Amino acid sequence: MEMMIQASYFLAAVLFIVGLKQMSSPVTARRGILWSGVGMILATLVTFLDPTLHGVFNYLLMALGIAIGGGYAWQKGKTVPMVDMPQMIALFNGMGGGAAGAIAAVVLMRAIGQADAIPGGSVSMVLGTDVAIVALVGAFIGTISFSGSLIAWAKLDGRFKRTSLVPQQHWVNLALLVLVIYIGVKLFDTQSAGLVMLFFALVLLLGVFVTTPVGGADMPVAISLFNALTGLAVGLEGYVLDNAAMIIAGTVVGSAGTLLTQMMAKAMNRSVWNVLFGGFGQSAESADPDVIQGSMKEIQSQDTAIMMAYASQVVIVPGYGMAVAQAQHKVWELCELLEEEGVKVKFAIHPVAGRMPGHMNVLLAEAGVPYDKIFDMDEINPEFPKTTVALVIGANDVVNPDARNDKTSPLYGMPVLDAALAENVVVVKRGKGTGFSGVENALFYQENTQLLYGDGQKIASELIQHLKKL
Amino acid sequence: MIEGWAAIYIFLLAGFTGYEVISRVPVILHTPLMSGSNFIHGIVLVGAMVALGHAETFTQQVVGFIAVLLAAGNAVGGYVVTERMLEMFKSSKGGKG
Repeated sequence: MEMMIQASYFLAAVLFIVGLKQMSSPVTARRGILWSGVGMILATLVTFLDPTLHGVFNYLLMALGIAIGGGYAWQKGKTVPMVDMPQMIALFNGMGGGAAGAIAAVVLMRAIGQADAIPGGSVSMVLGTDVAIVALVGAFIGTISFSGSLIAWAKLDGRFKRTSLVPQQHWVNLALLVLVIYIGVKLFDTQSAGLVMLFFALVLLLGVFVTTPVGGADMPVAISLFNALTGLAVGLEGYVLDNAAMIIAGTVVGSAGTLLTQMMAKAMNRSVWNVLFGGFGQSAESADPDVIQGSMKEIQSQDTAIMMAYASQVVIVPGYGMAVAQAQHKVWELCELLEEEGVKVKFAIHPVAGRMPGHMNVLLAEAGVPYDKIFDMDEINPEFPKTTVALVIGANDVVNPDARNDKTSPLYGMPVLDAALAENVVVVKRGKGTGFSGVENALFYQENTQLLYGDGQKIASELIQHLKKL
Repeated sequence: MIEGWAAIYIFLLAGFTGYEVISRVPVILHTPLMSGSNFIHGIVLVGAMVALGHAETFTQQVVGFIAVLLAAGNAVGGYVVTERMLEMFKSSKGGKG
């Protein structure tokens, strides 16, 4: 039996790695998640056969927990709109972190129970010093990821908007961290279950405190970091439970997630350190609002339609605003019409378009846009000077030329799409506001830029009607 | 069974594996991949089941049950949303990814 269980775990680990590898290419990605799913089912099923598990009631609880937790997640996952995907991922990730923390809690409580029976017994004696340390570190990381992810979810979902909870947040966090470490060390030779509870309560609070100041635009980086942390916590608890599948899968996710976090942070011109410990936009207030020259010019949808119909190439730059307006289906219909007219149409995606890197690709894919019409920033930027019309829909900061030209801009240094270099730029906007970062956009005041005011979906429908009449 | 140094080697090699597997991924797959890796750490379910199966007191059962509940949510939810996202990727040549 032991042999079969171990072999199944081994196979599951292989399937996870192969699955993840396949998920890193659009051609094989679908197969990748299927293989990983097979691995997960296999690992879960053989765990029921583990001879060290006991208690009929415990088995009942297991089945019940899987049914309720899995059923809830299945229902949620099936129905969540694609626009809300980032917070859903944060929520599911938080659950994983919480599970890792809870596993450590059970292990510690059992150890305290056994230490009680031995005169002078301690947690480190029962578990072994190495296992005790790993269990505590894993508990710490997993629990931070749990409460941090919940805050990330609540923030992205618009349920929680505060940026600080207590004055001098960073110092409070530091004090809390020191206290947590102190209690963690204390736990080694304690027999008090209350101390375990206190440890977890304080770590939960720390996760909340660390995540609360993170701004909305930085949240994807934080979520990705928590994803990596959950992976690491799972790997560590795998060591505690002597489970190779958990060690391998957890560690693979931990390192892959760390790399993914770095890539995201780099695409946003932010460091992970800054995301967690710095405020954003503080220099924006000191920037001189008068430096932007020129005025905004308005255009009507009919003129825009004519301009695009006779263009040689149109590049569409979609942003989160388009997704919120649910305009992606209409925009794709518009593209198909333009292609019938013989216009080349391409989509330009900034690495952080949407709420998360790659989120916009998902939203366009949902609307039926083939992925070979969608171009990365590096591929599309040399194309803009050859483009007749750049149509910017609901994007703002990611096309701001100040990020390249103006050293005083808070966006300076962030890689941007060079839509400003197109022959004509048409910006579809709901109103005269600034972008997510609150920074003024020099593109709107350019000579070759015209603004088309209105809701993304309504504008797209109007453009379609005018094109059909031509 | 997995002793100190062997565990450290496993951590090391698994770490490199994760890094290598992800290192050349296009931006368009960042969100699905994050979601996919989110699903893979759902393997914590196995650990949660073991923790619950070892529970001896009522408190341990409660905490173990919470672990299973959360872990199942992670695994199932992670799979469903990843699958939904990847299902939509297709090329204009009609081939499904």
